[in-house]
Amino acid sequence: MSNNPATTAPVTRDADETAMVRRLQEKAAWVRRETLRVHGVAPETRIASSLSPVEVLVALYYGGHLRFDPRNPQWAGRDRFIASKGHGCVALYPIFADVGYIAAEELATVGKTGSRLGGIPDAQIPGIETTNGSLGHGLGVACGIALALKQKRSDARVYVLVGDGELCEGSVWEAVMFAGQQQLDNLVLIADNNGISMLDYCRNIINLDPLDAKLRQFQWDAVTVDGHDVGAVHRALAGCRQPGCRRPQAVVARTVKGKGVPVLEGDALCHVKTLSKEQVTAAIGSLP
Amino acid sequence: MNPADSKTMRDAFLGQLYAAMREDGRIFIVTDDFGAPALDKIRAEFKDRFVNVGIAEQNAINVATGLAIEGFVAYAYGIAGFMTMRSYEQVRTNLSMAAQLRPLNVNIVGVGAGLSYDLSGPSHHCLEDITLMRLLPNIEVFSPSDWTLAARIADRSRHVNAPKYIRLDSKPVPRLYDDGAAVHLDTGFHELAQGAGACVVATGYMTQVAQRALAQSAAPVGLLDIFSFKPLDEDRLCRALEKYRHVVTVEEGFIGRGGLDTLIVGVLARRGVPATVRALGVDDRYLYDVGNRALLHRLCGMDEAAILQAVAQPAPA
Repeated sequence: MSNNPATTAPVTRDADETAMVRRLQEKAAWVRRETLRVHGVAPETRIASSLSPVEVLVALYYGGHLRFDPRNPQWAGRDRFIASKGHGCVALYPIFADVGYIAAEELATVGKTGSRLGGIPDAQIPGIETTNGSLGHGLGVACGIALALKQKRSDARVYVLVGDGELCEGSVWEAVMFAGQQQLDNLVLIADNNGISMLDYCRNIINLDPLDAKLRQFQWDAVTVDGHDVGAVHRALAGCRQPGCRRPQAVVARTVKGKGVPVLEGDALCHVKTLSKEQVTAAIGSLP
Repeated sequence: MNPADSKTMRDAFLGQLYAAMREDGRIFIVTDDFGAPALDKIRAEFKDRFVNVGIAEQNAINVATGLAIEGFVAYAYGIAGFMTMRSYEQVRTNLSMAAQLRPLNVNIVGVGAGLSYDLSGPSHHCLEDITLMRLLPNIEVFSPSDWTLAARIADRSRHVNAPKYIRLDSKPVPRLYDDGAAVHLDTGFHELAQGAGACVVATGYMTQVAQRALAQSAAPVGLLDIFSFKPLDEDRLCRALEKYRHVVTVEEGFIGRGGLDTLIVGVLARRGVPATVRALGVDDRYLYDVGNRALLHRLCGMDEAAILQAVAQPAPA
C-alpha cells in the first residue's frame, strides 16, 4: 500500500476538473501497481485481464460516480456494481482495501488457505453483489436489480462491468435486448473492450465492432472512449447520469489487455499468462 | 373421481398467486412469453409486476435473480423443460450457489412435467428435470400430483425465502386431496393408501395413474405420493416404507438416473430396509412415438396394467 494517494477527501463532482483527473490518474497508477503486487502474492490470478479495467474501476470508485458505504455494504441507497468479468476484477482488491471494504492486510492473503479473497471475487466479500466467474450472467441479473430499484422508487443505479470476450455469450444479448425494451435508464454497462479473449483477438473469433452502434440499435445510449484515459472515462460516466437519459447507458472502454506490462501487452495469449515474482517487480519498476 | 373437480395445476397455482399479489407487493412474475388463462388477470391488473422477457429463459432466471437480490419474491414461469434445462447454468450459479450466501426467493415454475405435453414430442417431454434440480444444493424441488397441492405450494412459496423448482402438469387433473387433508408440505410425501406386502411410490401425474390402477386391485396395496424431493422427511418416509416387502416406483422420468427410483433405493439402502424395488419409468431413450399420454405410458411399460402387473409380480428379493 505504498505511495497511495490520499482518498480521505472524496473527489466530488464540483471539484476542479483538472485536479480531479490528476488525482484519478495518480490513483490509477497506484491501483495498477497494487494489482501487480496481488498477482505476485497469487500467481493464479488473471493479471492481464485485471490490468485493462483499472482506469474504469478507479473512475467509478473515486470519481464520485458509484455511491457506496464500506461501513454499510448493504446500504439500501448504494449503487450496485456487478463485476461480471469476474476473472478481471482482481484490481478491485486494492481498491476495496483502500476504501475500507476489507483490511489492507488482507491483500497479502489473496489465494491463501482460509482467505475470502480468491482468484475471482464473489459475494463473500463485502462490496461484491454476485457470484462471479461464469461469464454472461451479470447483465441479466443487473436488469432484475434495475427493475427492482425502479419498483422501489430508488434513485440508485446499477453498474455492470463486462469483458468483450464475454459478449459472445448469448445471455448477454438477451439482457441487452431486454434492458433496451424496458428502458432501464438506471443501468450502466461498461464494456472492457481490450480486444482479446482467451485464445485470440476478439476480431478473429466473433467481431462485434462497432459495439456502440450495435448497442444503440438495441435502444441503448452508447459511447466509446479511451479506457485508459481516466478523465475520458470519468466524463463518459458523468454523461450516463445526466437527467433526461431515458435509455440504458453503455460506455465502451477501449483498453489494452495487460496494460502497463510490456510482456503482456499485444500478446494474444496474455489472458493465461502468469508473471514471475521477478517479472512483477520489473513491471512495477517500469510503470510510469 | 368427479371430472368437475378437474383443474390445471397452473391455474390453481396462478390463482393463488393472483390473490397473494393483491396483498403482497413483493411478488413479481417473470415469464418467457408463456401464458395461461389465469395469467391474463395478473397481466392486466399488475402490469408493473408482470415481466415478459420474451423467449429467453436464461434471462428470465437472471432477471428473477436480480429481483430477489433486492428482496422481491420472483416467479420464473415457463415450460418446464426449457426453464430448467435452457437456463441450467443460470440456476446453478445465480440461485444454487448464490443462495448459500444470501436468501433468494426465486420460484421456477415449470409447466409440462413429464409427458404432459404428450403430442408435442421429445423436445417438450420433460424427463430429466427432477434429477437435474435435486442435484443442486440450496434449491427445493416440488412435484405435486394434483391442483390442490399446487395451490398449497403456491401459498407456501412466498413465505419460504429460498429458491424452488415447482414442476406442474399441463393438463387438467382431478383432485386427490380434500381441503381438510392433513398434508404437510415439508414432510414431502403423503400416504394416500395403506397396504400390505406391496406399495407403489409415485410422483406428479403418475400418482393419479397409480391411484386409478390400484382401484382395480383386489389386494390392499399401499400408495405413497412424493410431492417434494426437497424438503423431504426421510425418517418418516423410511417408517412408511419399512412395513412393505416390495416397493414399485413409478415416474415420468428416466429409470435409474437420479429421479424418484434413485431416491427410494437410496433411502432404503441407507436405512437398511430390505424391501425389493421395481422401477417403472422411461428406459434409456427419448419418445418420438406420436400418441397420447396413455399410449406413451403403455409403450414405456408404466400404464395402469403395467403398474398392476408390477405390484402382483414384484422384483425378486
